[in-house]
Amino acid sequence: MISISHITKIYKTDLIETVALSDISFEIKKGEFVAIMGPSGSGKSTLMHILGALDIPTSGEYVLDHEQVSHLSDDELAVIRNKKIGFVFQAYNLLPRTTALKNVTLPMMYADVPKQEREEKAKKYLTMVGLGDRMYHTSNQLSGGQQQRVAIARSLVMNPSILLADEPTGNIASTQAEEIMEIFQNLNDEGHTIIMITHEPDIASHAKRIITVRDGHIVSDQTNKKQKRIAYKKHNKHS
Amino acid sequence: MNITELIIESISTLTLNKMRTGLASLGIVIGIGSVIALISLGQGTQQAIQAQIQSLGSNLLTVQPGAVREGGVQGQAGGRTTLTLDDAKAIQATSHISTIQKVSPEFSRRTQVTTGGSNTNTQVVGVTPVYADVHKVTVQEGSFITDQHVLSMTKVAVIGPQAAADLFGENTNPLGQSLRIGTQTLLVIGVTASKGGSGFMNQDDMIYVPLTTAQKQLFGVNYLSSIALEATNEQVMTQAQDEVGYFLLNRHKITDPTKADFSIMSQQDILNTASAMTGTFTALLSGIAAISLLVGGIGIMNIMLVTVTERTREIGLRKALGAKKHFIVQQFLIESIILTFTGGAIGIVFGILTSYVIANIINSLFIISFPSILLAFAVSAGIGIVFGWYPAKIASELQPIEALRFE
Repeated sequence: MISISHITKIYKTDLIETVALSDISFEIKKGEFVAIMGPSGSGKSTLMHILGALDIPTSGEYVLDHEQVSHLSDDELAVIRNKKIGFVFQAYNLLPRTTALKNVTLPMMYADVPKQEREEKAKKYLTMVGLGDRMYHTSNQLSGGQQQRVAIARSLVMNPSILLADEPTGNIASTQAEEIMEIFQNLNDEGHTIIMITHEPDIASHAKRIITVRDGHIVSDQTNKKQKRIAYKKHNKHS
Repeated sequence: MNITELIIESISTLTLNKMRTGLASLGIVIGIGSVIALISLGQGTQQAIQAQIQSLGSNLLTVQPGAVREGGVQGQAGGRTTLTLDDAKAIQATSHISTIQKVSPEFSRRTQVTTGGSNTNTQVVGVTPVYADVHKVTVQEGSFITDQHVLSMTKVAVIGPQAAADLFGENTNPLGQSLRIGTQTLLVIGVTASKGGSGFMNQDDMIYVPLTTAQKQLFGVNYLSSIALEATNEQVMTQAQDEVGYFLLNRHKITDPTKADFSIMSQQDILNTASAMTGTFTALLSGIAAISLLVGGIGIMNIMLVTVTERTREIGLRKALGAKKHFIVQQFLIESIILTFTGGAIGIVFGILTSYVIANIINSLFIISFPSILLAFAVSAGIGIVFGWYPAKIASELQPIEALRFE
């Protein structure tokens, strides 16, 4: 349901043209768990921006759920981001001094979801990621892993087509990082399509398919036969 | 998000950072507060002065020597000697003037008055008995100047309650006491009833002596500083002014009215001059207040711009989660309006309190002008919109990707 065909992105400043992506094509079906891997400067971030409708390509087509995304206006892109894409960022990007509950309701506020329904959904997803007892904590009262879990709950509330995670464990200690990967795998088991950008092979190995990018090209696109599965654990065990 | 939710959101965002919100609205509070206080004080002073002038009597015409000049109630500049007691008597006697019923010749000068223990600098007015009628002066103790006093040049004085307090203290009865003006000693024979008032028009701070005593014994002059005339009624004021004017021109043998050596002012003229003066003054101060309001608005804009910079990542996030440009503009615009509205409300309260306190201190009237309060609210909201729009626009144009990377 994602079709990237011949996508090229060129950044132009006054003097220099930088080719970030060069003629990239691939498809992702519903329910896949894909890791996009590559070193800094490989173009993986640019690819994520285009996948996330945060940016439009210089040329090429991006079709998401049968909808042409690559040539939309700013406001139309905003709607796509709101309804079809769930973001998980490296730096969590929660609103400061605001409760976890309030943070999770944010996408729904831009979709005119009524207040009652917003709160119910937020509570449901916060409980699902194991933070049912910390809904009214603010970000400075939560650990890095917990904050990322709030971000994950936030990314799910609008029932998006894809979950887009950009270096989701980059700021998190390794024990908690494992818990985040576990959540992703569980979500994928339930049918969510997950695309994860990372430069760490260890993290990428949790996915089922790995696309490697370098210098704006895809250098490999393979099923991960040795997917690193985490044994199913109870959610509320660790904090 | 509907508008109610947006407002609640904005309020909660503003209260997250109370210090910043407080400082930002300070400019507006002071600006609006000053405008309210100044308009209130200006109107209060205007009305207080009007009331004072009106208490002098509404059928009053004042003839003064010298050409027409501004602010004629101020007092006597030296050297104008063209009005005499004979003029006054002639006006009284003539059949050419039908609209005047009382004539009060006066000589008045500000001078030092002393008693044994104290002294005061005050207005000494030489009068005839008709002065009390024309100027509505009543006596609370003792009696006023009589014809006999004028005839005999008696050295007596009737003093106002303020002058009495200044010279003899609050607790002493001034009747029968003496005071000195220059080398002359006068006996106090009466105290006038209080009329209120302050500043240059303070009738409670005057000392009345017989006209002849003033002219011959105290100041050595043979002219008048003014003649007060009471018209028969309010309707004939213009006619009275004309009649007296022509009569005096004739007496002084002046053919060209523009070269008159006297001026006649009705109470309305004095009122108009006073209004013009306070009006100009109020306008000037309001102009200053308006500038401070402008500066307050610029302060708001500064804070909003700083806020946009500080919340760049937040704006990037909101856009990434689906906020359209106009949502962001709305959000910041409403925050700005709430900021200025609240500042305006506090400013209004502050302005009213200030004018209440000052009105009591300077003995003026305390007046609240409701149109000015409505205006103040409108201006607050207007400032919020005008000075909040630019930062809001900047915020909405941020690209989500770059905004999210902002440190």
